Parts: sequence; structure tokens; C-alpha cells
Amino acid sequence: MNAEPILRLSNITKTFGGTQVLSDVSLEVAPASVLCLLGDNGAGKSTLIKVMSGVHQPSSGTIEVNGENVKFASPRDAQDFGISTVHQTGGTFSLMTIGRSFFVGLEPTTGWGPFKRFDKKTAGTIAVQEMKALGITRVTDGNQLVGGLSGGERQSLAIGRAVYFGAKILILDEPTAALGVKEAAHVLRIITQAKARGVAVILVTHNVRHAMTVGDRFAVLIHGEKADDFSKGERTAAELTDLMAGGEAMAELEAELDEYANREE
Amino acid sequence: MTNEAQPATGAGPALDPFKPDASAPVSFSSGWSLGRFARRSEAGALVGTVGMFIFFAIFGGADFLAVGGFASWLNVASELGIVALPVGLLMISGELDLSVGSVLAGSSVTCAIVSGYYNAPPFVGVLAGLAVGVITGLINGLIVTRTRVASFVVTLATNFALTGLTLGLARALTGSTSVAIQPDTFDKDVFGYLIGGKFEIAIVWWVVIALLVAWLLQESKYGNWIFALGGDLESARTTGIPVNKVKISLFVASGFGAALVGVIQTMLYDGAQVTSGQSFVFNSIIAVVIGGVLLTGGYGSPWGIMLGTLTFAIVSQGIYYTNWNSDWSSLILGLLLLAAVLMNNTFRKMALADRRRTKAQKG
Repeated sequence: MNAEPILRLSNITKTFGGTQVLSDVSLEVAPASVLCLLGDNGAGKSTLIKVMSGVHQPSSGTIEVNGENVKFASPRDAQDFGISTVHQTGGTFSLMTIGRSFFVGLEPTTGWGPFKRFDKKTAGTIAVQEMKALGITRVTDGNQLVGGLSGGERQSLAIGRAVYFGAKILILDEPTAALGVKEAAHVLRIITQAKARGVAVILVTHNVRHAMTVGDRFAVLIHGEKADDFSKGERTAAELTDLMAGGEAMAELEAELDEYANREE
Repeated sequence: MTNEAQPATGAGPALDPFKPDASAPVSFSSGWSLGRFARRSEAGALVGTVGMFIFFAIFGGADFLAVGGFASWLNVASELGIVALPVGLLMISGELDLSVGSVLAGSSVTCAIVSGYYNAPPFVGVLAGLAVGVITGLINGLIVTRTRVASFVVTLATNFALTGLTLGLARALTGSTSVAIQPDTFDKDVFGYLIGGKFEIAIVWWVVIALLVAWLLQESKYGNWIFALGGDLESARTTGIPVNKVKISLFVASGFGAALVGVIQTMLYDGAQVTSGQSFVFNSIIAVVIGGVLLTGGYGSPWGIMLGTLTFAIVSQGIYYTNWNSDWSSLILGLLLLAAVLMNNTFRKMALADRRRTKAQKG
């Protein structure tokens, strides 16, 4: 990975009312690569995502996109820089058709003036096309309801939407967590496809196997700090699991010991 | 990762579970498709309307089927429909408006006071009446979007507050709770005309508004925004839809619809009653829900709302053509409402059910 990073976080710290959730986290991700952000629950992954996607502003530290210092005041700002976030549920609308859902907020229109109408046919066709490009061949009609899709298909719809609307940095928050083995495999394949299209993917997960399958670089968060940062092939899955679990187990043990110590007093 | 195993589900079976083939036995589990069900859910409202019509055609006799019979329920449907359509839009976007009752009375009384009691030109009274609806809608929308308090409570509060305001002001200004007005021919023709001496001109208003709402909801991009708002507010926000503006506009539209009916009633009956309108609060919700709109938002259609409105009107008027006490119409409406809600719930469950279940059933 010698390419210039498209997104670089330097010494990001985030505190919420005196509690430090992230301390001194530095990360970078290059175009056409997958950065896996690993960590157990409560390690600060979600906060870091929210900082990258403009929901939260860092207490200190800098964010650079293409080498330029940027500040995101809102998710909209981050989107303008090509940063798109897809959440676990896919952020899609169960009772809307696939075509409608794919284009929410960015509807294609035909006609002129006050008679400009939402081109549902085009919307449906494009949505089905984009899903097909991601390997979802079972969806053939843009008028199907999103609620009828499986979890993996919903993820594909959301990822397809982000890529179609020009996302250059795709943040995926636990995309495989709620999925079965086959569905998860499909989503991982879609991630590599997005990467092949030149998208920088940040995959947030606590599944070591999923991370090892698609990741080019890895960062492990433990208690808001970056515990490790390495490239593909530099660690084995076992080492990575130990690192994640070890950190957590140690913390738990410490907490338990503290509790006992307090009780003794 | 066994990536190789994937195509089996991805591209494998050519059989689309959404398109049951003709050879498959038509049963509830395998012959069911969401797309068709979505259409059926609207068809459900149609079945309700036609069913109730046939029911009262049988028990109401010739009078119900005469021109006068048609006029009686179409008139009720038109006034309720003008209120129910924008209320339905609001419900699809995930909000309620309980203030339509007092808006209707407030608009009606305002119009009558301005142009009847104070003798201002009629169009001033009409505009003043409509302004009551627009302003109330604006207040509802601003409070709901700024405070994020449930619209149920906010609009319930404005409903009471505006009723009080209307009563108080009417009594203070005119010394009475009913105000008379003598509309000029133009306003009588536009708002209060009776076509053939029986059919209210409001029917025309209703149809025009229905076409507008249908265009807005199904053909324009704003319709897509309304569905998105009711489907998942937070996701809608992150897509960059101006969520608050859309909501406020919908509250304004809802207030406008109720105010328009207020003006229509004033011009039709040559006067206004402070106490009129409260029946519209729940009747509009009943009509919308019978029409297939989900109470939780995100789903519904203007045609469904129109059918729900017709059903309501047929039941509430048809009862007078039978030999039965009119009390029974409320029983029928209650049962219809219950049936509609249960159907809507079933629909939502089916829509949200993972398709994997369908696959499992197919083996």
C-alpha cells in the first residue's frame, strides 16, 4: 500500500463530559484498500466512526482528506467529501420499493417545471442493475419491497447506493454481524468489489475471520486507544484474536480486582 | 471463508420466490408475494367500500340507491375526504394531527365573523379562515420539529387551545357562539354550491385535492421523502432530506385542508358554529386507517385513503336508510377499524419478514 492515503486521522481524541472515549488515535486508509477496524464492544469503534462520518467532532486531532485538513460540521459535510457510512441494518426503508429506497433524497426526475416527476422506472432499473453488479441476481424487479430482502441483500443495496453516488470512502459498521455464514461471505465479496472499483473501505467488525479475509490493513482499538496497527500477513488470526480478547480479559480482571479491593476497605 | 459456496444462493435457483410459478399450489405460504400483497392491501380498502355499499344497498333499499342516497354519503365523504387526505399524508410521514377539529371550527367562525359580523368583503373572510389553518399547522409543525415531543400530544394541545380561543373570541366579539353570514354568489358558488340541488361542490374540491395529493405522493420526489420520513426518520435525515421542512409543510397542509372545510361549511350553511368540527378529529383517522395507511407511518396510498373515506361515509349515512337505529353504524365502523388495523399489522409483518423464511418454506 504505497498509494497516498485518501483519509488520514492524526491524534484523534474525543471526550464526552470528562470521559475520554478516544485517545490519540491515528489511522490512514488508501484508495482501493480495506482497513479493518477491530475491537470489542465499548472499545470506541462507534465513536471513531461517528467522528469520521461527521456526527461527532473530535475534541482534538486532525482529519485530512486527500492531504487537506477538513472539519465536518455534519454528516452532510462528510458526504460531500465522499465519505459514506452504511450501518448494520443497511439504513434502508422496509416498506419502500427497492427503487424508491435506493434514491431517497437523490431522486432522478423527468419532465419540466412543476410537472417534474420522480422517474421511478429509471430508479428501479438502476437499483436492480447496481445490485446485480454486486452479485445480487435474485432481485429482478425494482418494485419489490426492501422488507422482503435478506440482511445481506439489504447491505448490498446500501453499499450499492453509496458507491453509485460516488462514495470514495465507505465506512461499514458491522455489516456482517447480523448475517449467516453465506450472507456474510457475500457481503465480504461485495467489499472486495468496492475495493476493486477504487473505493477506500473502512470495515468495522469484531469478527477476526471476516477481517482477515478482506483486510489489507488492520487497526485494533482497546479502550479508546490504538493497541496495534499492521498490514496483511504481519499477524496470524490467532495472534489477532489473542490481542483483542487478551486486552478485554485483562481489563475485566483488573476491574474485578479493583472491585474486590474496594470491598475489602 | 468458503467464498466458493456462495453462488449457490446468490445466483443459483432461477425460481424467484417473489414470482410464484403457475404450477405451484396456490396456498397462503407459497403463493404469497409482497408485491401482490402491497396491491392487495389497497384492494382490501376497495373490498371494504364495495362490501359496505352492497350491504346497505340490500338493507337500505331503493332510497339508498336513489340520487338522494348517493348525495348523502358523497357529501359526507367529500368534507371528510378533504380533511383526511392531508391528514393521511401526515400519518404516512409518521405524525398525527388531532387539531383538525378546532381548526375547522376556528376557520369557519373566523370566516363568518370577518365577512358576516364585520361585513368585510367575502374573500377577506375566506382568506382569514384559511389563515387559521395555515398558522395552526405552522405552530404544530414548529413545535413538533423543534421539541421532538410526540405530535399526538402537541396537536391534542393545540386542538383544545384553539377551541378555547375560538369560543372565547367569538363570545367576546359577537356575544354568541354561532355567527351568521350572507355569502355573495361567487363564494356561494365556489364553496357552498349544491350541484343538482343535492351534491355539494365540496365533492369537486375533494377530487381535485385527491389528484394533487396523488401526484405529490406517488409521482413527485417529495412523495418519496414522505415515505422515507415515516419509514425511518433517522435514516431519512442522514440522506440529506430537509426532514423538518417536509414535516412542517405537511402540518400546514393538514391545517389548510381542515380550514378549507370550515370555509365550505360556513358558505354552505350561511353561518358558523363554534362547536362544529370535533367529529373530524377521529373520523379522519378512522378513514385513513381503514384506507390502509399504517398508523406507524411509511406506508399508504391516496386511493386507499379515498376508499377509506367512502367506506366511512357509506356506513355512517347508509344506516339512516335501514330500519335500524343509527347507533349501529358506530359498531360497524369500530369493527371495520379493528379489521383494518389487524390487516395492516399482518401486512407489515409480512413485509418485514426475512425472505430466508420463504426459502425455508420452499425447502
